[in-house]
Amino acid sequence: MNQLDPHKIRKDFPILSRTMNGKPLVYLDNAATTQKPNAVIKALADFYRETNANIHRGAYPLAEEATTLYEETRSKVGRFINAASPESLIFTRNTTESINLVAHSWARKFLKEGDEILLTALEHHANIVPWYLLSKEKGIKLKSVPVKDDSTLDMEAFKRFLTPRVKLVAVTGMSNVLGTLTPLEDIIRTAHQNRSLVLVDGAQSVPHLPTDVTQLDVDFLAFSAHKMLGPTGVGVLWVKPEILDTMDPFLGGGEMISTVSLEKITWADPPFKFEAGTPNYADVAVFAVAVDYLEKLGMDAVRDHEKEILHYALSRLSELHDYVIYGPKDPEKQSGAISFNHKTIHAHDVGTILGLDGVAIRVGHHCAQPLMVTLGVPATARASFYIYNTKEDVDALITALKKVNQVFGLTRSRV
Amino acid sequence: MIPLPADNPKAATEGGLFGGADELYREVILDHFKSPRNRGSLTGANAKAEGTNPFCGDRITITALIQKDVLKDVTFEGHGCAISQASASMMTSMVKGKTLKEATALTSFIKKIFGVENASLTSNGAKPALTMDTIGDFQALEGVKKYPVRIKCALLSWNTLLQCLEEFKKT
Repeated sequence: MNQLDPHKIRKDFPILSRTMNGKPLVYLDNAATTQKPNAVIKALADFYRETNANIHRGAYPLAEEATTLYEETRSKVGRFINAASPESLIFTRNTTESINLVAHSWARKFLKEGDEILLTALEHHANIVPWYLLSKEKGIKLKSVPVKDDSTLDMEAFKRFLTPRVKLVAVTGMSNVLGTLTPLEDIIRTAHQNRSLVLVDGAQSVPHLPTDVTQLDVDFLAFSAHKMLGPTGVGVLWVKPEILDTMDPFLGGGEMISTVSLEKITWADPPFKFEAGTPNYADVAVFAVAVDYLEKLGMDAVRDHEKEILHYALSRLSELHDYVIYGPKDPEKQSGAISFNHKTIHAHDVGTILGLDGVAIRVGHHCAQPLMVTLGVPATARASFYIYNTKEDVDALITALKKVNQVFGLTRSRV
Repeated sequence: MIPLPADNPKAATEGGLFGGADELYREVILDHFKSPRNRGSLTGANAKAEGTNPFCGDRITITALIQKDVLKDVTFEGHGCAISQASASMMTSMVKGKTLKEATALTSFIKKIFGVENASLTSNGAKPALTMDTIGDFQALEGVKKYPVRIKCALLSWNTLLQCLEEFKKT
C-alpha cells in the first residue's frame, strides 16, 4: 500500500518553512485553501515567461501551445474524476460559480413553481444562496435534510423528504465545518429512483477522497482547484453530457458563440458555450501540475493519511477537558476537518491566541450559518488537515490550545 | 505605523510566554469580559438596536433610556468574543450620563483610534478635543489595532450604539 510521508512532502511547500511571530507556521486551514508545491509555483511563473498567449484564437504556435495546455488540463481533470468525456467539464472561477451556473442554466430553465430542491443541514452558503435566489424568483420550495446527533445525515429523513416534487438534490460530499462525509452513492441512487437529479458540492470532498463521477452516476459535480494544491481562480463544473446538451448559456460574450448577428445568435458546443470571455487560462494550465502531484501520491493514500491524522487529532483533542468537539468524531465518517470550541472562551479569541503561536486555524461560522444554528453556537474553531500535516502539527495545536486558558487567567500558572 | 505581529520578528520575545497574547488580552479587558458592566435588558427603555458582526455571526443588542437628550441608562445583551464583550461593557459605562451629541462624538473618537474614521482627532464644536487620557479603561483595547480583523469586534457595540441613537431620533 502506498503511504504518504508528510515530512518529505513538506519540503515541496516553501511556505511551510515560514515563521509567524517567531514561531514555525503550523498551517491547519486547508479547508479554506491549501498551500502550493514548488512545482505549481514554478509552473505559473514559467507559463507567463514562456507560454502566455490568449487561447482558442491565435493561429500562431504560441497560442496553440497555450490552448493545448488549457485543454490538456480539461482532459487531465476529467480523468482525475473518471469522467467519460472531457467536453462536459467546464472551467469557472470557483465552486460557487459552478453551482450558480447550474442554478442559472439548468434549474432556471427546467424547474417551475411548486417544484422542490432538497438541501442538507451540512451545506456551505455556496450551495444554499443560489437556490434561495432561484426559489424566490420561481416559487420553488427549499427543504433541508437534518443531521442526527452524531452529525451524519439523517437518511431516514432524506427518504421522507424525497417526494416527487423534488427535482434536484444539492448535497455536499463533505462538510467544510465538521468534515462529515455524506453517503453519496446511496443519496444518488435513491434520488434517481425518484427521478431527481443530484448536484454534489465537491469543494471539500474532491481534494480529500477518490472521486469517480461515472461510478457515482452523479449529474453535476462542482469543485475548486485552490483547495487541492492548485492556483486560485479556477473552479470546475462537471455535468453529465446528456444534461449539459439541454442547458442554456450562462454568461454571454466571446468564445461561447458559433455565429452572431443582431437578429440571431447560435451557441458554441459545450464546454465552450459555458466559458464566455477570456478564461483564467494561465491558472487552468497550471492546475494540471497540481493534479499530477495528487495523482502521484494517489488519492487513496491521501485519504489514508488524513484518517491517521484525524485519529490522532481527535484523541489528543479529547484530552482537553475545556473543549467541546463537534461532528462525527470518527475518521471513518469524516475527513479533513475537526470543529471545536472552548467551553467559555469564544472561537475568535482562541483563533487569535493560536495565531500568535504560529498555528493557523479558521474561526467563525465558516459560511454555514444554518449548520451553526443546528450546533447551537455562533461560531466554531476549525482545524483542517492536508497531505503535509504531521502529528507534530497536531501537537503544536494542542500546546497552543492549552495556552488559551493561561492567557485568560483560567489556570494558576499565569505569570 | 505599528508592524503586524506576523511581520515583527521581535514580537515573540517581546510577548514573552504568551507570544503577545497577553499584550492583547490585558487584565482590564479580561475583567470587563468576566464581569461585564451593564449587561442585561433595560426595563422601560425607549431606544433599542441589534448589531451583528457578519465576520463571525456575533450579535449584540443595545437598549437605552434617553431623557431630555441624555443617555440615562444603557445596557447590552448578546454573545461574542472577549474583545467585543469587553468593549460593550466599557462602552455602556462610558456613555451613561452623556448627551446624545457627546456620545456620538465619543463614538467617532473611538472609531478614529482604530483608523475607521480618517478625520483629525479634534471633535467638532466648541468642546475640548477628546484624548486617549479621557477614555479610561478603553485605552487597553488600543492593542486591537494590531489585529485588523478584530477591529470589527471592538467596534460592534459602538456601531450598534450609533444605530440605537438613530432609531431614537426617528421616533
